[in-house]
Amino acid sequence: MLSNYIKSIGQYFIMIYETFRKMTKTSELKRLILQELDDLIISSLGIVVFISFFIGAVIAIQTALNFSNPFVPKSLIGFAARQSIILEFAPTFVAIIMAGKVGSYITSSIGTMRVSEQIDALEVMGINSLNYLVFPKIIAMFMFPFVIAISMFVGIIGAYTASVYGGFLSSEQFLAGLQEDFIPFQVFYAFLKSFVFAIILATVPSFHGYYMKGGSLEVGRAATTSFVWTSVIIIFMNYFITQLLLS
Amino acid sequence: MIKVEDLHKSFEDLEVLKGVNTVFEKGKTNLIIGQSGSGKTVFLKCLLGLFTPDKGTILYNGKAYQNFSKNEKRELSKQMGMVFQGGALFDSMTVEENVVFPLKMFTKMTKGEMKNRVQEVLDRVNLLDTNDKFPSEISGGMQKRVSIARAIVNKPNFLFCDEPNSGLDPRTASVIDNLIQEITHENDITTVINTHDMNSVFEIGENIVYLENGLKAWEGNKDNIYKTDNQKLTDFVYASNLFQKVRITQREGL
Repeated sequence: MLSNYIKSIGQYFIMIYETFRKMTKTSELKRLILQELDDLIISSLGIVVFISFFIGAVIAIQTALNFSNPFVPKSLIGFAARQSIILEFAPTFVAIIMAGKVGSYITSSIGTMRVSEQIDALEVMGINSLNYLVFPKIIAMFMFPFVIAISMFVGIIGAYTASVYGGFLSSEQFLAGLQEDFIPFQVFYAFLKSFVFAIILATVPSFHGYYMKGGSLEVGRAATTSFVWTSVIIIFMNYFITQLLLS
Repeated sequence: MIKVEDLHKSFEDLEVLKGVNTVFEKGKTNLIIGQSGSGKTVFLKCLLGLFTPDKGTILYNGKAYQNFSKNEKRELSKQMGMVFQGGALFDSMTVEENVVFPLKMFTKMTKGEMKNRVQEVLDRVNLLDTNDKFPSEISGGMQKRVSIARAIVNKPNFLFCDEPNSGLDPRTASVIDNLIQEITHENDITTVINTHDMNSVFEIGENIVYLENGLKAWEGNKDNIYKTDNQKLTDFVYASNLFQKVRITQREGL
């Protein structure tokens, strides 16, 4: 079993290496990258905005309800919401959501191409199928930090709406808390994390789709396995990067 | 012409090809037949370069594949056309986009030239008014014809077909068989067809290679397949009652 894991890890890195070899014609790559931007990034914005707004709101309400001590300034609600959203919710939670939405889409689309011999067709034509299929996804996912930026913004708007219009504190108090002890490095840390997660989100599901064997049932299984492994790797890398940069 | 010498291929402990020797001639429809598990698909994938043989040589127009440089291998793959069992059309592309794909990837043709060439091959495979349709919107027979059009659009020297008429009704299957044979003769290309459809064998079998347990057990053409004494081949070819009657009729000269 352990040898299978080691073999898979090796195969994953070989896949990454092969992805950057024997590039596809530039005009075709441009078309594919734009297509992937639409499929992976633009089409995810709706769900990211929806979840970010309401999670931001819930964070603010729960923080407000747990601050019963009158000596704790109300502005701390804004501060706590900002810290939670920027440090953890936006980069990590959204990445997990994307593992479910984008990851399963990548695995099932590549897996279906494998099952229906479309990948073989590309190879027979002399096209590096990994470059053709995976490279545009990696490039498109480089826009993931922008999704995270949108998530941070909308999350804070949600927190503001819930806390101010919910009557927990005034607008001025929230904005004061939002600007309190702001450390720009923490934003850099969040974007660096999201960049690493973007590469994981593009490559791990591609690996599970590309090397799958079997029929349509196995495509479904591969999508599930891909979601589990993408989430596990994101959670582990989250810990690793946090330990490395913040502790 | 493709010459195969002592071809071996194994997967872990399973030896699939055990030393196949044969020649696929230019301008002929060469058929590989055999029971399921006899090694036909592995053999075809070795010819296509999708599998690397463990031992043996494949010569394309007299030159061994292992002696090809990287550029020559790339050039060779451009000279190959493949019709897959399920068509293997790209789902996200229309019929026209599927057929133009090899031209876009490998030629410097202008858009107008590409459009003309695509229309030429679509007309050749008798596909009319399907240019803007997606593969899911056309029938199985039409998908096979699109697949043939895509395979020949680049004017290949070698055409490979993996069970091109599987899943088709007998009339459509016959149309596809005849289309492949006509294209082979018109363009004087080397065509290799992997099949276990006996109608194909008797209709277009100009050179037939019978594989059994990873070895070539018989070679001939559709005319002398009636006279063979190879018991396993006759059991395979005449498995259906219809073909048994055909054989009796042929032998009795009626």
